[in-house]
Amino acid sequence: MKILVCISKTPDTTAKIAFTDNNTKFAQDGVQWIINPYDEWYALVRAIELKEKDAGTIIHLVTAGAADAEPIIRKALALGGDEAIRINTDSHDSYYIAAQIAEVAKQGGYDLVFTGKETIDYNGSSIGGMVAELLNLPYVSLATKFELNGTTATITREIEGGEEVCEVSLPVAVSCQKGMAEARIPNMRGIMAARTKPLKVVEPAAIDALTSIVSFELPPAKAGVKLVSPDTPEELVRLLHEEAKII
Amino acid sequence: MSVLIFIDQAEGHIKKSSLEALTYGAELAVQLGTNAEGIVLGEVKDDLTALGKQGVKKIQHVNNSALNHLDAQVYTKAIAEAVAATGAKVVVFSHNLSGKAIAPRLSAKLKAAMVAGAVGLPNTSGGFVVKKNVFSGKAFANISLNTDIKIISLNPNSFHITNGDGVAEVVSQNFATGVSPKIKVTAVNKVTGEVPLSEAELVVSAGRGLKGPENWGMIEEMAHLLHAATACSRAVADAGWRPHHEHVGQTGLAIAPNLYIAIGISGAIQHLAGVNRSKVIVVINKDPEAPFFKAADYGIVGDAFDVVPKMNAAIKKMKGL
Ligand SMILES: Cc1cc2nc3c(=O)[nH]c(=O)nc-3n(C[C@H](O)[C@H](O)[C@H](O)COP(=O)(O)OP(=O)(O)OC[C@H]3O[C@@H](n4cnc5c(N)ncnc54)[C@H](O)[C@@H]3O)c2cc1C
Ligand SMILES: Nc1ncnc2c1ncn2[C@@H]1O[C@H](COP(=O)(O)O)[C@@H](O)[C@H]1O
Repeated sequence: MKILVCISKTPDTTAKIAFTDNNTKFAQDGVQWIINPYDEWYALVRAIELKEKDAGTIIHLVTAGAADAEPIIRKALALGGDEAIRINTDSHDSYYIAAQIAEVAKQGGYDLVFTGKETIDYNGSSIGGMVAELLNLPYVSLATKFELNGTTATITREIEGGEEVCEVSLPVAVSCQKGMAEARIPNMRGIMAARTKPLKVVEPAAIDALTSIVSFELPPAKAGVKLVSPDTPEELVRLLHEEAKII
Repeated sequence: MSVLIFIDQAEGHIKKSSLEALTYGAELAVQLGTNAEGIVLGEVKDDLTALGKQGVKKIQHVNNSALNHLDAQVYTKAIAEAVAATGAKVVVFSHNLSGKAIAPRLSAKLKAAMVAGAVGLPNTSGGFVVKKNVFSGKAFANISLNTDIKIISLNPNSFHITNGDGVAEVVSQNFATGVSPKIKVTAVNKVTGEVPLSEAELVVSAGRGLKGPENWGMIEEMAHLLHAATACSRAVADAGWRPHHEHVGQTGLAIAPNLYIAIGISGAIQHLAGVNRSKVIVVINKDPEAPFFKAADYGIVGDAFDVVPKMNAAIKKMKGL
């Protein structure tokens, strides 16, 4: 069993969101970078659990990122990946990144491709589906459970107002979210081992980006909260009905 | 130059988020000076001619039971065939659960630029630039789509559904016939008797301030009175007080209802990330310093156990119950 886990680097969830260069670039000053939570907690940890059940499993990690993504990918190796590949690009075009990942995946012959549900900065929820299409694989998105029985995967995915259980033969691409696994922290042995695990850097293939970012904007500031006295909660109900007109 | 809109069904019924996409697509077609058509896959129970109300003239329908359940690979093939047949230059999806599975595949298949999570119509003066949510609702990005065919997936609850009196012509098609789905759905588990959170217009949510699961009666009552969905903070779901599918925030569901009422929730940044796209936020918290008040439109600094029952009584009175 060979699993490819797609790992991206995102600003910490509490990072201040600001822009520079005439609102065309995210202001990186003082920002802490983390492994995108969905990639780490769900995709990677579930892959590690599968390896714990079947020692023959090999986990490869792939990230499309510049050299500053290396601490992130080392941390992912410390959690339990076997080998990592960094595609040396800082593009933010989803198709470009997906096509780069697909190039790497084609060489690896993977049974499973795991991505996170979405990146918490660009919120595309796109790259998993694009990679699946480029590899001509079935794609189960927004999975909350993943079980393997030989070469058949039983996957639970989110649907509006509930869940759906489906079966699919490997190979398959899956985007992972809450429910798949429980977050872990790397232990000392993992951290030591990660230092010597292979991290291969490859140059990007010649692929055209399809989109470009024109500018960023911050939402208009809220007018401020209108406080109602705790002695008259009925006044709040009236305001929601008559002023906001939503109930 | 026409616009094609993917209309999503579940168990034969058209999803509300698809009606938003349909209205959006029809308005976009007017903006571009062209016409809009819809595509529906699988068997349906609803009357498809009624989709004319949202402004489309024609619905392409593949009435094939093999397409009743989402298999993104097969759906993508069918939609790509529809794009070819209609000569569509813009394809619109809802950025709902199925849109997230299909739209990116279509983008890769057609090498068509895509924007995921659009919040408004494109700016077409001199290009094709679409505004979308980024940083989990904390900012927007304007994205230029630089290919001939363009794909837009529209954030749920960011476009108002219009209801005109048009009647759509339904054209039967057999796109992607003979391709058998690889994904076999073996069970559908619906959370019954509730408004699904991801589609809800009104949401009543509560946090650790409620002290324990036994105190949710008044929350459920408020939700029931308002015909709202219930949600909770992660702390509450982790403690097992409420089911996990109610957890909203960075690591749970991201929602954008018209009204979000947060009761006994502190308003941690990770919680806000899932709800800050709500149109109106109401916060009830006994701590005046709770960070949630900074994101709120209305609030009461007070004890939930006192305030909520009184609000419920006022809602009942207002609704004449
Ligand atoms: C990486 C990461 C991801 C996370 N993702 C999420 C996420 O997706 N969603 C999420 O919700 N959290 C998330 N969290 C957790 C988040 O940081 C908070 O810990 C959590 O939201 C707190 O839940 P709470 O507001 O219910 O509880 P608390 O923080 O304990 O707040 C309880 C609130 O209730 C008020 N209160 C107490 N008694 C009363 C009363 N009688 N009447 C009225 N008010 C009362 C208190 O004043 C307080 O403000 C995440 C954290 C991390 C680190
Ligand atoms: N630069 C990247 N390198 C590797 N994987 C990525 C990258 N960006 C996104 N991904 C993967 O694709 C998923 C969805 O990303 P997105 O479409 O940007 O929301 C993420 O959760 C990651 O698993």
